[in-house]
Amino acid sequence: MSEPTTGRHAQPGGAVVRPGQERFVAPLEETPLAAVDAVDESAPTGGLFSDAWKQLRKRPIFIVASFIILVLVVVSLFPSWFTSTNPRFVDLSVALQGPSAAHPLGVTRGGTDVYARLIYGARASVSVGILTTIMVVVFGGVVGALAGFYGGWLDAILSRIADIFFALPLILGAIVLLQTIKSRNVVTVALTLALFGWPQVARIMRGAVLQVRSNEYVTAAKSLGLSRMATLVRHVVPNALGPVIVVATISLGTFIAAEATLSFLSLGLPPNIVSWGGDISNARATLRTDPMILLWPSIGLSITVLSFLMLGDALRDALDPKGRTR
Amino acid sequence: MSPQNAPSAPVDRSKPLLEVRDLEVDFTSGGRAVHAVRKANFTVYPGQTVAIVGESGSGKSTSAMAVIGLLPGSGKVVGGQILFDGKDIAHASHREYVSLRGTHIGMVPQDPMSNLNPVWNIGFQVKEAIEANGIAKGAAAKKRAIEVLGEAGLGDAARRYRQYPHEFSGGMRQRALIGIGLASRPRLLIADEPTSALDVTVQRGILDHLDSLTADLGTAVLLITHDLGLAAERAEHLVVMYKGQVVESGPALEILQDPRHPYTQRLVAAAPSLASRRMQSSHRAAIVEQAEVRAEQVHEQVAAATPVAVPDAPTSDVIEVQGLTKEFVIRGAGVRGEKLRAVDDVNFAVRRGTTLAVVGESGSGKSTVAQMVLNLLPATSGKVLFDGVDITTLDRKQQFAFRRRVQPIFQNPYGSLDPSWSIYSSVEEPLRVHGVGDAKSREARVRDLLDKVSLPQSSLRRYPNELSGGQRQRVAIARALALQPEVVVCDEAVSALDVLVQGQILRLLNDLQAELGLTYLFITHDLAVVREIADDVVVMQKGRLVEHASVDQVFTSPQQEYTKALLEAIPGGSLQLGA
Amino acid sequence: MGWYIGRRLLQMVPVFFGATLLIYALVFLLPGDPILALFGDKPVSETARATLTAQYNLDKPFIVQYLLFLKGIFTLDFGQSFSGQPVIDQITRAFPVTIKLAVVAFVIEAVFGIAFGFIAGLRRGGIFDSTVLFLSLIVIGIPVFVLGFVGQYFVGVKWGIVRSTVGGDPSLVDLLLPGTVLGALSFAYVLRLTRNSVAEGLSADHVRTATAKGLSRPRVMTVHVLRNSLIPVVTFLGTDLGALMGGAVVTEGIFNVPGVGNLLYQSVIRQEGPTVVSVVTILVLIYLVANLVVDLLYAVLDPRIRYV
Repeated sequence: MSEPTTGRHAQPGGAVVRPGQERFVAPLEETPLAAVDAVDESAPTGGLFSDAWKQLRKRPIFIVASFIILVLVVVSLFPSWFTSTNPRFVDLSVALQGPSAAHPLGVTRGGTDVYARLIYGARASVSVGILTTIMVVVFGGVVGALAGFYGGWLDAILSRIADIFFALPLILGAIVLLQTIKSRNVVTVALTLALFGWPQVARIMRGAVLQVRSNEYVTAAKSLGLSRMATLVRHVVPNALGPVIVVATISLGTFIAAEATLSFLSLGLPPNIVSWGGDISNARATLRTDPMILLWPSIGLSITVLSFLMLGDALRDALDPKGRTR
Repeated sequence: MSPQNAPSAPVDRSKPLLEVRDLEVDFTSGGRAVHAVRKANFTVYPGQTVAIVGESGSGKSTSAMAVIGLLPGSGKVVGGQILFDGKDIAHASHREYVSLRGTHIGMVPQDPMSNLNPVWNIGFQVKEAIEANGIAKGAAAKKRAIEVLGEAGLGDAARRYRQYPHEFSGGMRQRALIGIGLASRPRLLIADEPTSALDVTVQRGILDHLDSLTADLGTAVLLITHDLGLAAERAEHLVVMYKGQVVESGPALEILQDPRHPYTQRLVAAAPSLASRRMQSSHRAAIVEQAEVRAEQVHEQVAAATPVAVPDAPTSDVIEVQGLTKEFVIRGAGVRGEKLRAVDDVNFAVRRGTTLAVVGESGSGKSTVAQMVLNLLPATSGKVLFDGVDITTLDRKQQFAFRRRVQPIFQNPYGSLDPSWSIYSSVEEPLRVHGVGDAKSREARVRDLLDKVSLPQSSLRRYPNELSGGQRQRVAIARALALQPEVVVCDEAVSALDVLVQGQILRLLNDLQAELGLTYLFITHDLAVVREIADDVVVMQKGRLVEHASVDQVFTSPQQEYTKALLEAIPGGSLQLGA
Repeated sequence: MGWYIGRRLLQMVPVFFGATLLIYALVFLLPGDPILALFGDKPVSETARATLTAQYNLDKPFIVQYLLFLKGIFTLDFGQSFSGQPVIDQITRAFPVTIKLAVVAFVIEAVFGIAFGFIAGLRRGGIFDSTVLFLSLIVIGIPVFVLGFVGQYFVGVKWGIVRSTVGGDPSLVDLLLPGTVLGALSFAYVLRLTRNSVAEGLSADHVRTATAKGLSRPRVMTVHVLRNSLIPVVTFLGTDLGALMGGAVVTEGIFNVPGVGNLLYQSVIRQEGPTVVSVVTILVLIYLVANLVVDLLYAVLDPRIRYV
């Protein structure tokens, strides 16, 4: 045994052990030695999405938002379950009448039932929102995934195109396009919103794909001989989906608000389709005297947008890669 | 007490500077208390270096952070005392801690990359430490800051003062952080893994510098490290922690030579820097022979499957790298961009059934070599011959067949498995991609592979985030072996793991080599690990091959200066242990 | 830094041409008679048709039309409205008002957004944080025109604190209510962004190191946490200028603020297609310039960018 050469040990032959630094060995029973790196077989199993679900189930904000959205969907699908009054039925003799048994929320200036219009208006909002979101996610998702995964010139071109569409703010772009379209309906409005909405999803998807792409399991898939496309579909996209789901949920709310804004500008859905935005616009004239007529569709609209935002917020906490336990 | 204690000031060295008594630290997570530190005791005297050694999660960093009042998140001292200079600071107020930090207790953090604020220049960050602790103000503080940077070993300190962290290398940043930690002349410096993110040669330089600085200033150092060799080399007193408890403490050498707690014994046995030889799987010759038999079989299969001319017999050098060169174009300030030679004219061969280690520090080009051998990256010039065939000339079908025979294992255990796939799907994927067997036979094969890497069958249905780093790495090994490859390229495959787990994985790799006659190309920055697994060693520096020899030659009589420097830099290398 | 600016400017070029081409194509390349489209439901007289054909060079090939349209942008010639006024005159008259309104909105969202977000981030999980987060969600959830009417009804009509509509040449005080409505949405975004960025920054390694140096808590929180958190926030605020312009359409319409947004609003209502196209083009150009400024600001704020 030779003496060490390092300076700090320069206490030759039986160093003086100072108080508090005596040799100490913990009794074994206090910290039993575990097997190195044993698998805890008792722990419950579950994948990323089932983990997210477990986490979500406990969040009141998620439960409330999902419940509202569920109600909204039912109302849009079966409005007749909730009212037997025709929202387009005009009875000018009761115009601007306050709430009554026949008209629980009163009557508009145009002589239609406020409650029935509130119920039937949900369909327009929800369908435009869902339709736009589907188109945006599919198109933006594909463009973003291809650009992020393949990179190079494909990325350069797709990203520039996205930049161009991104340069037109959603509402402005929609104003220009919709004023030239004469036959406006749910599909054309959704298409218009999707046209200016996809770059956001594309950007998010591209960013997420870029991040996932650098993971070693992607390289491992390549070393297996898996084709590029198969790697993208099997390994990259599923792991990049989290942020896209979050943005899609939030965007759904944004699109509903945008549709209402356009209808309010009389550029959205035509008057023969019952919509909250249009009703709000029509109720402007009576704002000073009968504000409730304007308020009801506003409340419906706000709650709808809000519930999608809340859902997105809850999903973000559960699906955001930053929050994942590593 | 004046913060500018001259080292000559009369300091009573017989009175403890820091006494930690029965320290208990809890974290609360999901409403439950997790005991991170339980009844820990240790003592530091003025001017002394004490090291706390342990694996990740042992509570070593938590204990040190409790001392400086910087417990993260929900961490809280729930019991015991922290006596600094005789005064209990375990429950000191914010204010008291602000006056303690910097002036009395300094800190050098672990990761130099994330510990400097990227938006302020280095000088600003040193100067504010000096000003906050009332040492100097304004121009005097700036002058002092430049001195501090010079002291920390940064040349041309006046220029460095104006630079931003991103203009510094990792080593330079760590020097700046040491400067900041010592700027106000604290009496205790907490060094939390101060060099574990750095290359070994840089690490040694910085630790030497830290040693001499603290010795000059009479600063006591509480060194937190996972590396037993490093701890023993730098500290006189060792504290070994395991699962939140101090399991053993005492004079450094005594512990090393005579570990009494079973955990410490295990740790000493596993420390790669202290261990001696290649893990002997008794029958080395048999492995090589078996590898050649297997190669013969595969060779016949391949020859039967592909109409292309294949050499008559498998070569004994399964991989041959000839004049391999890779240039990258760096996109920088400039239209053209500069060219970087990441790999420069590298030649070596790997004998079947053996392990060749490619060793180098960051930027040596070792991983680029691995990528080219795996045919994931085209070479700029030169060739990689696999079984005598240049892999760059393979067509699609041959390439697919090649992939089956050469498989990788990567470094990052968190990134090497798809988090959305179950362990079963991950291990089965190679079989499915290559159309091996039917669903039932594949399942049997996956179960068999899991046995081989000693994972319980119940882990099949688990997902990567439920497994530890070492377990994931074992899954990655199982996946790599699924196709019964001849060559496995391990790119820093054990670098991210704790010492004991590292040892376990290395043993597993050795056993698998013996059992299956595998050939390994083992890429690592850690020479100490090399001794345990490799037969031959290639040392790389800045893209060039510096030395190529057998393991024994490299360790006993290195020929090149660089190899010698690498060997000397292995922490604990200078320590001699009794049998 | 020079290279960075140069690259950004260069990237701007295709986006500029692409965006203007897109606007132009949306109006003139869609199936159907563009002139009918521009007139909305109104009948088109032969002279009006001739004027528009001449103004947009509709008798020439599309690419020539577009190039002449571009030339118009560069020479600030945006044609005439149906009443015969040059559109550029209307825009120059309306612009100062919109800038005033945008400044009011911007100050509100930046000052309150950052302040509230900072406090919420420092106390993540606390009562203040939860309350502010939930309220901001509600603000984001309420569409701007609903917020406008609610504000107009309560503050303007019911309580009579301010005038419910603004009218010509408004003062800053007049613009307080519309400015708040306009800035509300972005206020909520700024708040949440600051809050998240501060909360994340609190656990950054370099913040711990700053504390370990012996810095006081206020200093660490401002110099190290807030300063770094401002990078994404300032980026957002910059791009938001463009959104403010878009939002101004509705807000100025509701409160009758005689700005660019209102001009667009009135043109939409009166179905004056050519004016809509011109105003949107100008707003998009402003948006692009704002983006560029943000990029440059980003380089100033983050030293890492300067050398890329």
